[in-house]
Amino acid sequence: MSSNNFKKRHRAEKRFKAYGLISLVTAAIMLIVIIGSMIYKSIPAFTNYTLDLEVNMVSQSLDTDIEEINYRGIVRDSFFSLFPEVQDRSEKRKLSKLISSSAGYSLRDFIIENPTYGNKKFYFSVLFTDDSDLFYKGYVDVYLPEDERRLDNQEIFWLTKLQSRGRVESKISRNLFLNGDSREPEVAGFYGATIGSLITIFVTLVLSFPIGVITAIYLENFAIKNRITDFIEVNINNLAAVPSIIFGLLGLAVFINFFGMPRSVPLVGGLVLSLMTLPTIIITTRSSLQSVPPSIREAALAMGASEMQVVFQHLLPAALPGIFTGAIIGLARAFGESAPLLLIGMVAFIVDIPASINDPATALPVQIYLWADSPERAFVAKTSAATLILIGLLIVINLVAVILRKRYEVKW
Amino acid sequence: MNDQLNNKSLIQCSNVNVFYADQQALFDINLDIRENEVTSLIGPSGCGKSTFLRCINRMNDVIDICKVEGSISIDNQNIYDPEVDVVELRSRIGMVFQKPNPFPKSVYDNVAYGPKLHGRILHQEDLDRKVQESLERAGLWSEVKDRLHEPGTSLSGGQQQRLCIARAIAIDPSVILMDEPCSALDPIATAKIEELIDELKSKYTITIVTHSMQQAARVSQRTAFFHLGKLIEVGDTEKIFRSPEHEQTEAYVTGRYG
Repeated sequence: MSSNNFKKRHRAEKRFKAYGLISLVTAAIMLIVIIGSMIYKSIPAFTNYTLDLEVNMVSQSLDTDIEEINYRGIVRDSFFSLFPEVQDRSEKRKLSKLISSSAGYSLRDFIIENPTYGNKKFYFSVLFTDDSDLFYKGYVDVYLPEDERRLDNQEIFWLTKLQSRGRVESKISRNLFLNGDSREPEVAGFYGATIGSLITIFVTLVLSFPIGVITAIYLENFAIKNRITDFIEVNINNLAAVPSIIFGLLGLAVFINFFGMPRSVPLVGGLVLSLMTLPTIIITTRSSLQSVPPSIREAALAMGASEMQVVFQHLLPAALPGIFTGAIIGLARAFGESAPLLLIGMVAFIVDIPASINDPATALPVQIYLWADSPERAFVAKTSAATLILIGLLIVINLVAVILRKRYEVKW
Repeated sequence: MNDQLNNKSLIQCSNVNVFYADQQALFDINLDIRENEVTSLIGPSGCGKSTFLRCINRMNDVIDICKVEGSISIDNQNIYDPEVDVVELRSRIGMVFQKPNPFPKSVYDNVAYGPKLHGRILHQEDLDRKVQESLERAGLWSEVKDRLHEPGTSLSGGQQQRLCIARAIAIDPSVILMDEPCSALDPIATAKIEELIDELKSKYTITIVTHSMQQAARVSQRTAFFHLGKLIEVGDTEKIFRSPEHEQTEAYVTGRYG
């Protein structure tokens, strides 16, 4: 009888371990599938096909201001000279659409940086447009009927001809890492959004960390326990569960409409995300302060430490790892947040890289949302690439949390 | 015996009543604690002896619902006077707790904490000397002198408790309160602490709460017996254990009760 009982108990334990293992493996597989598919999809975003174009600046008069030269025309003429057989105006227009409209600007930037090239003939590499680029990468199915493709037979013929001349080269896409947003997928990058995110999260950190920690210390160690503090406590706990979009609405109504702060700026974004992060920081700080053994508090008080000395010399250092963990979890959540930022206008199309808390900016999650919403096929890969960067940054943030926790851990 | 009787009383408690919310924990305690003597407080669990001990350095202030009435005077000053600074009061009274509770700092920093906190010692050499002197007096110096910078929490239980005593005496208190200091220790560590208490009484006034009647008999000159929040009897330890006046006391000390 009793041996049966033991067998049953052991079986139950084995079953439970098996369930645990199955869930763990399922979770791991899902994670691998998600990350794997993200990496796979993002591969085309990291390279760009370029054309080595011989540009002729010789005919330019030395007197012309180098900013005023018609670079676009020069690029176009050089490109057309590769196809002397194309003379028809509408065909020429079609031909010119194979290379990126950014080519003129990049030539201009190059000449301004290297004025000695201003009257020479040299090779300059220009980007293809997203459609040509996708063709070279093999994403255009040439067996589809012509009217169902983004490129017609003529365009495909030109592109193949260019490639057969050995003028086409695949390069790492610097634009992806160094540019802001753009309507042209081959030019668009996530650098602007990343900087916008970092500035926003910096504002959030600077505001919510000290305010949250001080509030928690006050509520935990100094506030008199009465109905008002009870009420505040309940409300802080409730705020932690408020959907983030509500904070966006609040930010729109209070910071932008009432205080007249500018739209689309990291300052307001940071303010809104601080409101969202504060309850998390307050709650985790309080629970880490509570988890410090009361005997330490008593020992310090009995030695004649004042309440404040107890807090700053004993409770806070011991609670620090927990506080850091809580703050970083809150910040990581804010970093991946898009809904409140949409409402305060950080969803605008912004090409420039933000340089201060008052420059219009967008954030990485919002950039992902914007690209995912764009019709151009090349943005699919960009979306995955930006998502990978977001995940990567979040992993870095969590690593910092782990390091800080280990560094300040107190052994009892 | 005679010279002990001549010791003047350092702490006078009169009509001390303590309430936890609506519940009264101590009833009209009148007790004098004499200078340079060990007074032990004995009684069954929940009799209020620890509560009384914590009244002497006002540690009960920390508990919101706790209210203390009556007066306790140390050196003829009522410590419950509104003008008394609790922090200053506690800097004159050392306390050792039931469970050793060194700070999660080095042995050195544990002992140096009090002197540094009260800004009494300014020079490093003086501080070093103070730490050594306190550890010597706590009988710990020879054991830890090579590991002063290891965490205090890495010591054994008995060493930790002696470290806590060293930490308490480093602020040169006039009174040391001990709340069952040996209850978490083995007999050998207990014997060391008892020896130490005996040595310390020449310099400090010691009040110790204990559950062990043998301990009370061994270390204290005077004993107070508490029961259900009341002070039943106080007198010379020898008298309390040999010929107590009250029946309850006799029942407790002979082990028929509690």
